[in-house]
Amino acid sequence: MSSWLSQHGYALLRALRQLAAAPVTSLLSIIVFSIVLSLPTGIFILLENLREISGQATDTQQMTIMLDTAASQADVELINARLEKMPTIEGFQFISKEIALQELQQESGMAEVMHNLGQNPLPDVFVINLGHISANEIEKIQAMVQIWPRVAHVLVDTDWARKLDAMLDVGRLVVIMLASLFGVALVIVIFNTIRLQILTRHDEIELSKLIGATDSYIRRPFLYFGALQGAAGAALAWLLLYFAILKLNEALSELARLYATTFTLNHLSWRDSLILLLFSGALGWIGARWSVARHLSQIDHDSTIS
Amino acid sequence: MAAMISLNNVSKFYPGGYEALKSITLSISQGELIFFSGHSGAGKSTLLKLMTAIERPTSGSIVVGQQNIDSLRRSAIPYLRRNIGMIFQEQKILYDRNVFANVMLPLQVTAFDTRASASRVRAALDKVGLLNKEKADPVTLSGGEKQRLCIARAVVHRPTILIADEPTANLDSGYARDIMAVFESFNQVGVTVLISTHDRILLDMTQHRVLELRHGKLVA
Ligand SMILES: Nc1ncnc2c1ncn2[C@@H]1O[C@H](COP(=O)(O)OP(=O)(O)OP(=O)(O)O)[C@@H](O)[C@H]1O
Ligand SMILES: [Mg+2]
Repeated sequence: MSSWLSQHGYALLRALRQLAAAPVTSLLSIIVFSIVLSLPTGIFILLENLREISGQATDTQQMTIMLDTAASQADVELINARLEKMPTIEGFQFISKEIALQELQQESGMAEVMHNLGQNPLPDVFVINLGHISANEIEKIQAMVQIWPRVAHVLVDTDWARKLDAMLDVGRLVVIMLASLFGVALVIVIFNTIRLQILTRHDEIELSKLIGATDSYIRRPFLYFGALQGAAGAALAWLLLYFAILKLNEALSELARLYATTFTLNHLSWRDSLILLLFSGALGWIGARWSVARHLSQIDHDSTIS
Repeated sequence: MAAMISLNNVSKFYPGGYEALKSITLSISQGELIFFSGHSGAGKSTLLKLMTAIERPTSGSIVVGQQNIDSLRRSAIPYLRRNIGMIFQEQKILYDRNVFANVMLPLQVTAFDTRASASRVRAALDKVGLLNKEKADPVTLSGGEKQRLCIARAVVHRPTILIADEPTANLDSGYARDIMAVFESFNQVGVTVLISTHDRILLDMTQHRVLELRHGKLVA
């Protein structure tokens, strides 16, 4: 066990030494990796933030019925009665124009404006909780309610959320495609880096084999090197995005203040950060593994079996 | 004494069809010191390479220690080589590190304990009289010192077999004598030593068995 540990510790040490031996080259490729990684990761972060917003709406499908401003108490009661008889809906809530006005006045700095209007511009509203029913059925209900007396508009609240959801799906696909594309690029770059290293260390590798080094002993530092470079690229990408989000949030807080709301972008969760690190570490490892398999066998006296 | 190395009817064709060794049969006892002589191209290096599986035989069988190595799995080859110290005709010194680090290599590849290996390296360097040069860049060494570095590297892991391919090539006879003395001292502590050479002075001087190769064949 301790020999196993020291073997791996030693391989790690050699990989680090290799990194340190060419600090500029190493740093440059780490920076390239971080840039390559930060694009799909950045888009992913934006999508995650958008999803959080839409997530609150997507689950509950709501329909809003706005009445004519001229609707009377009797009209409201009639609609109330009809809705109570509808079996397909899960429930509904009546928000009178007076309550709506009060809420609006408390919520934002519009009190002045509202007050100056003199009369209440808001309609009476029924908010219907549709539960989980098909779009088809929602349309049927919408068509039916639309022609009830004193109904001005029927809005289905899930529309925008659905559109956003569809857009998020497209975005997710873009992230996957970019990540795959850039992942392949990362693997290729590591492949080539390791190829050059094997070339420059040809004599050492050849001699090591001749004096009893196992294949895994020779392979290991290169694998560590690839994984380290990938992971370092991910760590730097994480940092870049961290500062980008910090800057964006400053700008957003300005914007959000104008709308009297709060909205901040969140960085990757710890879980996703770990995944990013492991993912690009694994890509580096794969690139190194591929390169080593391809190039180490060329330094092989044992293959001359005739 | 028990045979340490035995070859039975071994032939070696190189790719392209050149027959470097033709039906070689021989046996080397444990603790023996033996010379292989012969003209350039006779097959001396090829023969020594077969014993460490650097080259594989085309036919015939080779036993080293208790192991039949002509059918050795690739993954077992490193462990065979760890029991053998090899001095290569083309030296294979690494010029990107100092003398000490060069001698350290065989211990590194076997993950030998680091603290113990430093004293092992110094002992090996002491044995060949290079202790004062441990920090030297190998480029600065003389021909004889380079050869002694190779010997130190070959014995640092205390192998049971020492194989030296032309260890005195390009050295004057005084140096050659020194180096032979080193081999003799290893042989005296039980190491089986195989030396290939076409150095007549060395061969005339020795009391040990000499096998001569001629165009890939052993001559009696
Ligand atoms: N890898 C190889 N491929 C093809 N032919 C080879 C190879 N290695 C050696 N030979 C040939 O095999 C023959 C024996 O070579 P070997 O190196 O064993 O000779 P040697 O006795 O060690 O010679 P020298 O004293 O010059 O070192 C030579 O004719 C050489 O050209
Ligand atoms: Mg030779």
